Amino acid sequence: MSAQAAPAATAPVVTARELSRTFGAFVAVDRVSFEVAPGEIFGFLGSNGAGKTTTIRILCGLLAPTSGSATVAGFDVTSDAARIKTRIGYMSQKFSLYTDLTVDENLRFWGGTYRLWGSEAERRRDWAIEVAGLAARRRTLVRELPGGYRQRLALGCALLHRPPIVFLDEPTGGVDPEARRRFWDLIDDLSVQGTTVFVTTHSMDEAERCHRVALMHAGRLLALDSVRALKRIFPQGTLLEATCPRPAGALEVLERTPGVIEAALFGDRLHAVCERAGMAPVLARALDDAGNGPAAVRAVPPSLEDVFIRTIRDAEAGGRS
Amino acid sequence: MRTLINILVKELLQLRRDPKILPILFIAPVVQLTILGYAATTDVRRVELAICDLDRSAASRTLADAFTGSSYFRQVVAVDSSDDLDFWLDSSRARIALVVPAGFAADRAAGRPTTVQLIADGSDAMVGTLGLSYAQGTLQRVAEAGGFRLPIELRPQVRYNPDLVSRYFMVPAVLAMIIMIMTMMLSSMALVRESENGTMEQLLVTPLSPGAIITGKLVPYALVGTVEILTALPVVLFWFGVPLRGSLLTLAALTAPFMLCTLSIGLLVSTLARTQQQAMMITTFVFMMPQIYLSGFIFPIQNMPRIFQMITYVVPLRYYVQALRGVFLKGVGLEVLWPQGLAMLGLGAVILTLARLRFRSQVG
Repeated sequence: MSAQAAPAATAPVVTARELSRTFGAFVAVDRVSFEVAPGEIFGFLGSNGAGKTTTIRILCGLLAPTSGSATVAGFDVTSDAARIKTRIGYMSQKFSLYTDLTVDENLRFWGGTYRLWGSEAERRRDWAIEVAGLAARRRTLVRELPGGYRQRLALGCALLHRPPIVFLDEPTGGVDPEARRRFWDLIDDLSVQGTTVFVTTHSMDEAERCHRVALMHAGRLLALDSVRALKRIFPQGTLLEATCPRPAGALEVLERTPGVIEAALFGDRLHAVCERAGMAPVLARALDDAGNGPAAVRAVPPSLEDVFIRTIRDAEAGGRS
Repeated sequence: MRTLINILVKELLQLRRDPKILPILFIAPVVQLTILGYAATTDVRRVELAICDLDRSAASRTLADAFTGSSYFRQVVAVDSSDDLDFWLDSSRARIALVVPAGFAADRAAGRPTTVQLIADGSDAMVGTLGLSYAQGTLQRVAEAGGFRLPIELRPQVRYNPDLVSRYFMVPAVLAMIIMIMTMMLSSMALVRESENGTMEQLLVTPLSPGAIITGKLVPYALVGTVEILTALPVVLFWFGVPLRGSLLTLAALTAPFMLCTLSIGLLVSTLARTQQQAMMITTFVFMMPQIYLSGFIFPIQNMPRIFQMITYVVPLRYYVQALRGVFLKGVGLEVLWPQGLAMLGLGAVILTLARLRFRSQVG
């Protein structure tokens, strides 16, 4: 972007070191460390209450960490929050434009908060309008816009001042699949142009579109890698998917079968993690014998959800022992 | 500056879009003024009394003692010349003055009809009228106790509001109250609404400083308050016919520090409340009602227990009611009302600082 940003091309743009935040006795974020490279789409995956939003709020300077440290764009979040604010865009979980203002009025106001005036402001507004696909509705009140448009307008507002880093906290909540897909196309574009995108989600599909994914659970960062690498925790052929006509009790049957490490329900299907490959016939016979059959069992490539469940179980088992 | 204008434009646009706000802003004050313009009175004790004894005789002292010994009066000063009374009455330090003319004792001794003068402050008709009737009663008793068959002739003079029209002193106070309610209510919603809608968080990640956000909320509502006064003023002057004896400039100079107080109180509430509803409740019950009761608007401050009288010193409305009555009825300017102005300025500064500190700690 500018000459200042050039040396950062190799250095991480976001770093967290042993970052923690507690609210009373509740540990929202528990010694989390990671680095984000420039231009990366960095996904924070976890269920509600995993600590994703708290981490983002710390990085945006909205919340002070209880311990540990973090830098964004080279500035410390505790001591230099003011300088961070000019270099980041932020889209909070809750929809946060003024619904009683028009599209244009919102863009004018938010641009103004970043000291964008005159022709530069105008160019950026036009850009945001184009991105959001709202050319015909500049004078529409935001409250009258459908969710998908609002989301893209919010992103446009967050990007008016061309921030090198943008934080998106569950940006596609409550948005239909088509709007969601278009939103993610936008994120891809940003990344290609060098913007770092830090995004939280609890949707596995969305996480699959990130360059790297951090799995968060109960305030801790359990795993951090590319989606492909994360899936390698399952050796080839050890993840089996079973379907059977009478699924009642099938989960327990699988869990009892020797050689099965764990089993989980995925809608109408069952996933079993086995100690070795080639156990499909064994599982099929066990289900048939238990009266759930005729069962069909086959090896499947792991989904991110499998990885997520497995990682959490491992972590909880590790925590107990 | 541009940043501030940007926020201002946004706030005003939002106000304009709110369909409920315009009737509240422009119709409610007129209705309230009309209804509350006619209000009740109540009894008064410890009316501030200035004594001007030009006779300096045993008889005049007996007369003065009857006043000072009564629970209805509290002597604040004894002056030597009736000219000195003006200062005490103009500044509301005294509400009623007793002037015993030279020759009072001689006349009485000679059995000639005697005259004393009473001057009452009509700008607060409640205190003025009642003070006057207490004084008449007291004089009556003195005359009877002295065994004088000839009554003392009383020459009452009511200043500022000769006919003691209660409207004249109630209406300016109602105006003060309405300005307080409107500005306090609006600003108490200001920050909470942003938090409720999730826009506060978005504002805080922008480079806007907390100070700019606070100022951006104060200025537009000060404008609204000004419009409010300009709407209500014609009603006060032309409907109620309350005379404006002082200058509009004085009025403006005293209104500014008062609005600083009310807007700051609103902002403070806004940092304390989580929802707009909570903000409304806190404003109404913690800040609005007590201020109205303790401002001397309904219940005369002279009549309150000592502790409540002390509390009234931190009630901005108290000063503003005094200020408005002073400007409207007495026609006095800042040379008299500067203590009120200064008190409001001080209170406003303190409250605004509290609100800013509270906001900053909330943000961090």
